[in-house]
Amino acid sequence: MDFGPHLMLASLEGAVISAILVLTAMGLSIVFGVMRVVNVAHGEFFMLGAVFAWAVTTMISGHAALGFVAALIIVPVLVGAIAAGVDQLILKRIDYDVDRTIVATIGVLYIVQQSTLMLYGPEARPVEPPFNLRLALPWFEFGENGFQMIWPWGLSVTTYKLFVIGAAIVVLGALWLVLTRTKIGLVMRATQQDRDMAQAFGVPVGQVYSLVFGLGAGLAALGAVLVVPIQQAHYLMGGDPLLLAFIVVIIGGLGSLPGTVIAALLIGMSDGIISVFFSPTLAKIIATFLVAMVLVFRPQGLMGRVAA
Amino acid sequence: MFEVRNVHTGYGQVQVLFGVSLTVNAAEIHCLMGRNGAGKSTLLKAVMGQLPLKQGEILLDGERLDGLPAHLVPKRGIGYVPQGRRLFKELTVSENIEMGLMTRGEGAQTRDWVLDLFPRLSERLDQVAGTLSGGEQQMLATARALCLRPKVLLLDEPTEGLQPSMIEQIRQVVVKMKAEGYAIILVEQRIDAVLSIADRITFIENGKDRETVLPSDVAGNGAILTKYLGV
Ligand SMILES: Nc1ncnc2c1ncn2[C@@H]1O[C@H](COP(=O)(O)OP(=O)(O)O)[C@@H](O)[C@H]1O
Ligand SMILES: [Mg+2]
Repeated sequence: MDFGPHLMLASLEGAVISAILVLTAMGLSIVFGVMRVVNVAHGEFFMLGAVFAWAVTTMISGHAALGFVAALIIVPVLVGAIAAGVDQLILKRIDYDVDRTIVATIGVLYIVQQSTLMLYGPEARPVEPPFNLRLALPWFEFGENGFQMIWPWGLSVTTYKLFVIGAAIVVLGALWLVLTRTKIGLVMRATQQDRDMAQAFGVPVGQVYSLVFGLGAGLAALGAVLVVPIQQAHYLMGGDPLLLAFIVVIIGGLGSLPGTVIAALLIGMSDGIISVFFSPTLAKIIATFLVAMVLVFRPQGLMGRVAA
Repeated sequence: MFEVRNVHTGYGQVQVLFGVSLTVNAAEIHCLMGRNGAGKSTLLKAVMGQLPLKQGEILLDGERLDGLPAHLVPKRGIGYVPQGRRLFKELTVSENIEMGLMTRGEGAQTRDWVLDLFPRLSERLDQVAGTLSGGEQQMLATARALCLRPKVLLLDEPTEGLQPSMIEQIRQVVVKMKAEGYAIILVEQRIDAVLSIADRITFIENGKDRETVLPSDVAGNGAILTKYLGV
């Protein structure tokens, strides 16, 4: 394949990675923004999402789409509820103390991971995509016969991958509407800015925190449900998303949601393209290097503000 | 109507208030005075349920507020204008007001009433609160608290750092709220401002209420001011 079509293929891979990453990183970013909690267990909520998606789709017989739609609805809510429980049982009791929440969420990480190993096992299990047509993609060339459209062999994308990209855009849009246009979004933003004042204006901050923690985990789980038809469910699959989500949140600027989106696109696209042309390991190395550079030259991140 | 009885509280291990008591009636402005660090702001935070009491009671219409979860205190009708304004700075004027309205389920009528009191705010509804001038921020902080249609209004140094014209506007609103029948607790440093509107004055020193007097007892009584304020 020529370079042009090859790059287009790589970019599509990058867009799929970005789509999953933006959901996962958004969850981490919202939790940090509102609660000032660094959730080290975030990747495990992602993993739980994938494992539950496998469980739900296996339980429901019939057309693959049926089980998948069920998973798309049930799994994020279920994982969100588990996370809200973690907030009430653990984070609340240590009063959201910055250092102790890090240690506590490391504990949660291992509890979730090892419980999954015991109950689900060490196997990687696939989930059937609800639909998976392969679409050939055209390429444009300027040859002897002037401008022409060609169909290079191997340049194609599956409908499912396009669906993942579309779904991520829809979810982001919905999230933005909730945060900016609804009462609960207003309450979350107010709590983020001044927890004590939110309380002085009747906001049950404890409940808002549980909701936000659940929402963050639910977004990761949603990303995972979308990813399992492409990548199998495995109890150790939470590591990479956690690392990448942290990279994205740091590059984007801690707690800045627009920054998170931009950084997710940046990291996802470069991850996709570098993985296709070189190797996935090089992609991770470059992303990590980028974080180091950002921390040195722009510690507040791309869109972050310097603390007043 | 509103009563603080023998309140002891502080921050963690550090005790700041050692038995403060005061009573405020409806349609009354009760001023708190005292040096910096005397514990005035701490008392208001304790009223809002944000500091646990070691001892004492806080009563509104005979019902105890102390021990309530902090977010339920404002729902009983306590409007709070904290020191330094503490607006939701990245929210718009309109959203800050909405936060106030939501506290006690107030609606469009209260919103109109509040915006009538502060016409300048209605010209800036979509402006981000952090970009308002100091005086406008103070108006918004006051408006936000009034959105509760509170029974008790707590104002912590509302004129701090403001120009005279702004101070006058805030003063007029406070007087209007008194006429509406609100019980008002006003922390204020400037003695002239206090004398012109207070019904009673309580001096706080080292975390205790030392003396509660009428403005007429203070006017021309330099000794009491030197004693509690050092002026
Ligand atoms: N958040 C806090 N943590 C610990 N100590 C505090 C805090 N806020 C105030 N204090 C202390 O409580 C005392 C009373 O402060 P404050 O109530 O703000 O005084 P005032 O409002 O009368 O100037 C001071 O000694 C102050 O240092
Ligand atoms: Mg003070």
